[in-house]
Amino acid sequence: MDPSTTLPVPRDIPLPLPLDRFVLEVAVVILFLAHILFVNLMVGGSTLSLVYEMVGLRRKKYDALARVWAETITVNKSLAVVLGVAPLLVVNVLYTVHFYTANALTGSAWIMIIPLVAVAFLLGYLHKYSWDVLSESKGLHIAIGAMATAIFWLVPLIFLANINLMLFPERWTEVRGFLSAVTIQNVLPRYLHFLLASLAITGLFGVAWFGRAEFDLPGRLPGFDRPKILRRCYELAFGATLMQILVGTLVYFTLPWQGVSFFMTAVILLGVTFAVVSLTLLWREVVAPAARIGRRFVPIVLVLSVTVSCMAMGRHLYRDGAIAGHGQRMRQATEEMHYAVREAAWRKEQGITEVQLPRGQRAFQVCAGCHALDAERSAPSVREIQRLYAGNAAGIVTWAKAPGRKRTNFAPMPAFAHLPEGDLRAAAEFMLEMGQGSDSKAGP
Amino acid sequence: MDFPVFHTDFFGNRMLIAVIAILHVVVNHSLAVGAAPLITALEWRGFRQRSEAWDRLAYKILRVCFVITTSVGALTGVGIWFSAALVNPAAIGSLIRVFFLAWLTEWVVFVIEVCLILAYYLTWKTWGQRHKRAHIALGGLLSLSSWLTMAIIVAILGFMMHSGHWGTERSFFSAVLNPIYLPQLAFRTPLAMAAAGLFTLFLIPFLTARTDPIRTAAIRFVSAWTLLWVPLCALGGWWYWAAIPDWMQQLHPVALTTMGFGDWYRQVIVLLGISAAVVLGVAVWGVCCPRFLPRWCLVAPFLLLVGMLGSYERVREFIRKPFVIHDYLYANGIRVEDYPLLQEQGMLRHATYVAHREVTAVNRFACGQDVFRLSCSRCHTTRGINGVLRKFDTLYGGEPWNPEDIKLTIRTMHVSRPYMPPFPGNEAELDALSHYVCGLQTFPVPLAGDQVDGVRLPSD
Repeated sequence: MDPSTTLPVPRDIPLPLPLDRFVLEVAVVILFLAHILFVNLMVGGSTLSLVYEMVGLRRKKYDALARVWAETITVNKSLAVVLGVAPLLVVNVLYTVHFYTANALTGSAWIMIIPLVAVAFLLGYLHKYSWDVLSESKGLHIAIGAMATAIFWLVPLIFLANINLMLFPERWTEVRGFLSAVTIQNVLPRYLHFLLASLAITGLFGVAWFGRAEFDLPGRLPGFDRPKILRRCYELAFGATLMQILVGTLVYFTLPWQGVSFFMTAVILLGVTFAVVSLTLLWREVVAPAARIGRRFVPIVLVLSVTVSCMAMGRHLYRDGAIAGHGQRMRQATEEMHYAVREAAWRKEQGITEVQLPRGQRAFQVCAGCHALDAERSAPSVREIQRLYAGNAAGIVTWAKAPGRKRTNFAPMPAFAHLPEGDLRAAAEFMLEMGQGSDSKAGP
Repeated sequence: MDFPVFHTDFFGNRMLIAVIAILHVVVNHSLAVGAAPLITALEWRGFRQRSEAWDRLAYKILRVCFVITTSVGALTGVGIWFSAALVNPAAIGSLIRVFFLAWLTEWVVFVIEVCLILAYYLTWKTWGQRHKRAHIALGGLLSLSSWLTMAIIVAILGFMMHSGHWGTERSFFSAVLNPIYLPQLAFRTPLAMAAAGLFTLFLIPFLTARTDPIRTAAIRFVSAWTLLWVPLCALGGWWYWAAIPDWMQQLHPVALTTMGFGDWYRQVIVLLGISAAVVLGVAVWGVCCPRFLPRWCLVAPFLLLVGMLGSYERVREFIRKPFVIHDYLYANGIRVEDYPLLQEQGMLRHATYVAHREVTAVNRFACGQDVFRLSCSRCHTTRGINGVLRKFDTLYGGEPWNPEDIKLTIRTMHVSRPYMPPFPGNEAELDALSHYVCGLQTFPVPLAGDQVDGVRLPSD
């Protein structure tokens, strides 16, 4: 796979960044973390509500628990959306070309996010407000909730396919829509990682939510006692975090390697270390006697905050590493375009029209630096080449792409494989015809 | 030029952003910016008159607004981001560099607004009468933050139409203080207030029983509210109209009626006038004899308003053409400053995702298709909405088209139709495009967007 033919190098927006790059990068990591926290709670809350409502068909008291979980979605979903705007804005500014390219390539699925989430929110409201009215039609009621939850599970996958695709410009020519973006090797592991994180964070949220003194447990959840509910929440957080060790490892090893660095790995490992520490604390809570459960909540949150921060930073480092090289090339292309635009504007102002040379003659300008028609300068003359390669333009092209070393009296010829095939071919043909006949096309 | 080309060949890219954005404007004017102060006023009235009925009605109206703004309203707002990036990435990519701080500030205000509306709604019942004063103050704060979000975004909308001194000064404040900003804000603020009044009138028959005395009292109050804002809306509209530059004023006929219905400009103006008069009439009736106002009378004004708002937004977007950022970026997504280079050397030489770098006799169709993608597809489809085939049909009729005629047309289109950008390519590309369009007349191959077919890199 020759990268010069499959790696697109677009130009960047030719306006300066609004703030210092480093400031924007710090901002995006923090802002994204705030957003994803509430997304986790929205997805987790919706999932738990669905599960408990289904359990509640057999064991009545779980219906009330499902209802309480459904109520948490109202606030969490609105905060998830509004907190998503800022990181979206900063990503748009920092990675304009990469992000918009991925958006365009997965465009149909990407734009579907809008109606899908709006419908999910409306279904969520319907689900919440029709609880009593549909108490005799549990099947329908659960179906409404299930549709909302299904959308909440689908939409993150669309997001993930996008923010992943933006990192791999070499894939941009291979992608045909959302499904081919989703099958890039690391998307599904990342998705699994996200789902487990949602469950873990929601479990911890439950500890805080049900554990607060203002929560009227006997009134809202008859048949439950506080320690039992808290234990269930801790079990969820523990189980999900335990599985994360496995899934996280899978994510790491499915990452395309261009973004991986020692520093990034170290940061991730630090996060994993703290996650393991949190596991021991979570375990202690799971097995704690009823009277003492909840004591370690704050330490657990602090420890996992470090994990989550490390992951957010590691994620950013990976992104940076993956597109750094491409970004360099883009900068170069942007500069070249900038000069070309200025020159063309000047020419237009002066009324000069660039003579449109035939392609071969134009391409030959590069060769003319060393190859003169008759004289030997820093390379054999064109006459010499015409003798050696009479009627064999293809041979010239092969040589130019990977020159051998025949004449030690000249400096080695550099390789020109990076030039377009068509240009090389046209230049070769032009060389073979140079200086022939009365209307000889002399060189430059 | 530097992005894959997202394209929907029936619906068209303009329609995508239009549907999302107009829905957003209807919701944010009638159910947020205008609704927050109106609902607070209703709550305050209930407090002053010690009336449960006013309080209950205000709450019900808030519930409707809450549900719709936090779902459809919020998501269509994000949807404008998403669709703008798909439809014209060069434009939105440029705007966010210029206006980043404005949008960041807007976001901070949004967060405050969301927190306030969550608080306002969720504490209504729990705070009850005990903390009514504080709750009304909350409503006031919500109203202010809602209005602030509008105040910030209108600066950007104004800039896109008339960039003021930004062309030479390139500073944040020169962009914000563009000549269209304050006039447009002076128009939109009372418009939003009146729109909320009309939406509430629309809701009242659904939220109250016919025999309930609150119904007539509310109709009277809300109608008075609407009437109060109408003269301010007219004044603001006048100022806005005066601020629109001459070159944009000329585009109004096509903007309002589309090219196809250009002859109907006068009729459409009359229709808009009648709509406005109906709205006014209902509001006056509501103040004078609310008891005899039939249900459909309360429903119609809001629907007429939606029509008028949609029409106004289309005009605003249209009169900005041929630019999407005045004097900087054309509607086709190509920068004004890039034109000399592209018209000299061709777009295909410099675009990222094209099949060929130069037009030859063999690749002319594929090149023509790429040229269409780059220079026409942001606004046009081939056979769908705003399709070029239908336009050329109107121009030339059903006989086989002549590529030379089409070349001539496209070359000078920006002169005969000033809302069109100039053709950004060179002669060979113009030739390829003309042959492509002619080819489509006999064999209408649909143009799939890059989100379906993927992108191409040049093989030569």
